[in-house]
Amino acid sequence: MSPRRFRGGIHPPDHKNKTRGGSTARIGVPERVVLPMVQHLGAPCVPVVETGEVVRRGQLVGRAEAMVSAPVHTPVDGTVTALVETLTITGARVKAIEIAPEAKQDWDRFVPLEGADVVRTVRAAGIVGLGGAAFPSAVKLTPPQDMPISTVILNGCECEPYLTCDHRTMLERSGRVVAGGRIIAQAVGATRVVIGIEADKYDAVDTMRSAAGESAEVLVLPARYPQGAEKQLIRSVLGREVPHGALPAAVGVLVHNVSTAAAIADAVEDRRPLMERVVTVTGHVAHPGNYLVPIGTLVSDVLAAAGGTVGDVDRVIAGGPMTGMPLAGLDVPVVKATGGIVVFAPGETAPAVLGDQPCIRCARCVGACPMWLEPYAIGIYANRRDWDVTERYHAMDCIECGCCSYVCPTNRPLVQLIRRAKHVLMERGAKT
Amino acid sequence: MLWVVVALLPATAWAVWNMGSIAAWLLAACIGSTVGTEWLWNRIARRPQTIYDGSALVTGLLLALALPPRTPLWMAVAGGIVAIALAKMLFGGLGWNLFNPALVGRAFISISWIGVLSAVQPHPGGWFNALDVPGNGDLDAITGATRLAIAAADRAADGAYGVDLTEYYAPLLFRNLEGCLGEVSAALLVAGGVLLIVKGIIDWRIPAGYIGTVALLSWAFGSDPVFNVLAGGLMLGAFYMATDYVTSPMTPLGRLLFGCGCGLFNAVGRFYGPMPESTTFAILFMNGLVPLIDRWLKPRTYGWGRGDA
Repeated sequence: MSPRRFRGGIHPPDHKNKTRGGSTARIGVPERVVLPMVQHLGAPCVPVVETGEVVRRGQLVGRAEAMVSAPVHTPVDGTVTALVETLTITGARVKAIEIAPEAKQDWDRFVPLEGADVVRTVRAAGIVGLGGAAFPSAVKLTPPQDMPISTVILNGCECEPYLTCDHRTMLERSGRVVAGGRIIAQAVGATRVVIGIEADKYDAVDTMRSAAGESAEVLVLPARYPQGAEKQLIRSVLGREVPHGALPAAVGVLVHNVSTAAAIADAVEDRRPLMERVVTVTGHVAHPGNYLVPIGTLVSDVLAAAGGTVGDVDRVIAGGPMTGMPLAGLDVPVVKATGGIVVFAPGETAPAVLGDQPCIRCARCVGACPMWLEPYAIGIYANRRDWDVTERYHAMDCIECGCCSYVCPTNRPLVQLIRRAKHVLMERGAKT
Repeated sequence: MLWVVVALLPATAWAVWNMGSIAAWLLAACIGSTVGTEWLWNRIARRPQTIYDGSALVTGLLLALALPPRTPLWMAVAGGIVAIALAKMLFGGLGWNLFNPALVGRAFISISWIGVLSAVQPHPGGWFNALDVPGNGDLDAITGATRLAIAAADRAADGAYGVDLTEYYAPLLFRNLEGCLGEVSAALLVAGGVLLIVKGIIDWRIPAGYIGTVALLSWAFGSDPVFNVLAGGLMLGAFYMATDYVTSPMTPLGRLLFGCGCGLFNAVGRFYGPMPESTTFAILFMNGLVPLIDRWLKPRTYGWGRGDA
């Protein structure tokens, strides 16, 4: 089976060489961990520990009460020092549990999970989409009854520049990724598992092929951003389009990130909750690489573990440069969806554009948009606050990949304008 | 913008070399008036200065290349003022104009002073010797009708003049002094156009659709396709004017259609219109259709209709 191409997309320089070669290293015990009660898409968790309480690694500290939510576990043995409010990477202020870890940690030991079946176990483990979306994985494992899933796609594209955490996970934990794919497929009754990997990760392709054997197909996809976006991936792998407003389940597909699959295997086979994750720390740091970071470790501590920043720092971004968040401060905790911390020097980031740059209608954004939208038009009408027209141009279908802003020769903040339109339209009740 | 200037530089330099200082003055008048008009407009309107984006420079350059060397300079200046003030700034400046400013400037001149642009004009000399034309001894000036006009006259007289259009190929490609500055060398214009396509600055669909349609229709009308493609302002129009981002469609298919439309009206104008040089109005007419083309050929959004591929 040869992959099709999704139409649109861009080829940004990937900057992955600094980190793709080295093994993942566990960082030392941080001085404190701060566990936000919202690390996922959905309702906040409720703290179930009190100040002064001694907690054990793997113990539940934040309980998920809503259907779409994910519980939080402590990644360290330690003492709860305070129930605080913390700023998150996204700039929100949320409730959090602050824990002082013991100086010596036994990383191999943890409080095992309870949970009768796969879905309950995955839910109890607090697993969310580790590719960045942070949607609770257990919810995705219970698709609507009338939408049978035939194919599970494991997303190993990692099309974001700079990031290599999924790449390293595929190399170092290939067996776990395959096991996760099998567990997911059984849970939803799918007959086929496809692992999609971008062509530039040839070593991961080989590793995953030998790990998968007959149990999963490994499909090599062209390296092109945003190959790893769910809708584009489905189009590339199966040639199917997810209808507007529908879930991938509507076309019989379920997509999970490879790191999420490995976490699901950890939960089901080892009864291990999600407590830590691989984070690519790169850009202008002394020791770029992939680090195994306890959830809740402050970004400043992670940077220190990577030898600190080097030279003038213009911006630190959580996630990749295309979809990540620039950080206002570094004392914010790493959460479950934080795949990378990238340090940029002055001159490496797009210039801040003051005022309204003219659209010269070069149509590059129209060619680059992987959703086949007309970003220039949505941008113009968003600027005029003509929200009805932005809706007619299908602003709600924008996946915010940033291709349009990337190719715009006059540096118009297109994705920001479209996001603005989406916010307004969502408040009016429009659906994505 | 810079690359468009770079692409046009060889053709412009070759025109100045062959036509002499008269061409240089025309370039100066056009560029000076377009850039100056935009500067003044922004000053009077108290808006941020936009002349440094280079678009007024390109407009001036294109206007000059679309004029014959003997165009009175005051007329060229008037064309430049109209191009910027009427066709661009009144619409809201860069990005908002419906029609190609340089072509509006040229159209303004051609309909205000009828005949000036296609008149039989004294042959310009070279840069060093104004009358360095072999075999013409000590004449004060020689005149020549444009080759398109000759071809049209011949066609109208059912070939009575016995013009062999194939003899025009070489001069049209490399050194043709009857016509506008931008008609001196089709080969240099094509070279610059190919550069712009290779650099990804213009879409090949517009010139391909344009030139292809003209060639096809010329053949269908019983004329010589190669001559018709090389003659007149077609190369300048196809590679540098129809491809203007602002005034061309937003989708690939739309741009192909737009190019074909330009070619259609250009060829029809040439064979059935009052003036043999119809490039200007063909492109302007298609400019006016761009909003309709964009609305008609809106890209289908992912996930909307048509289902699986």
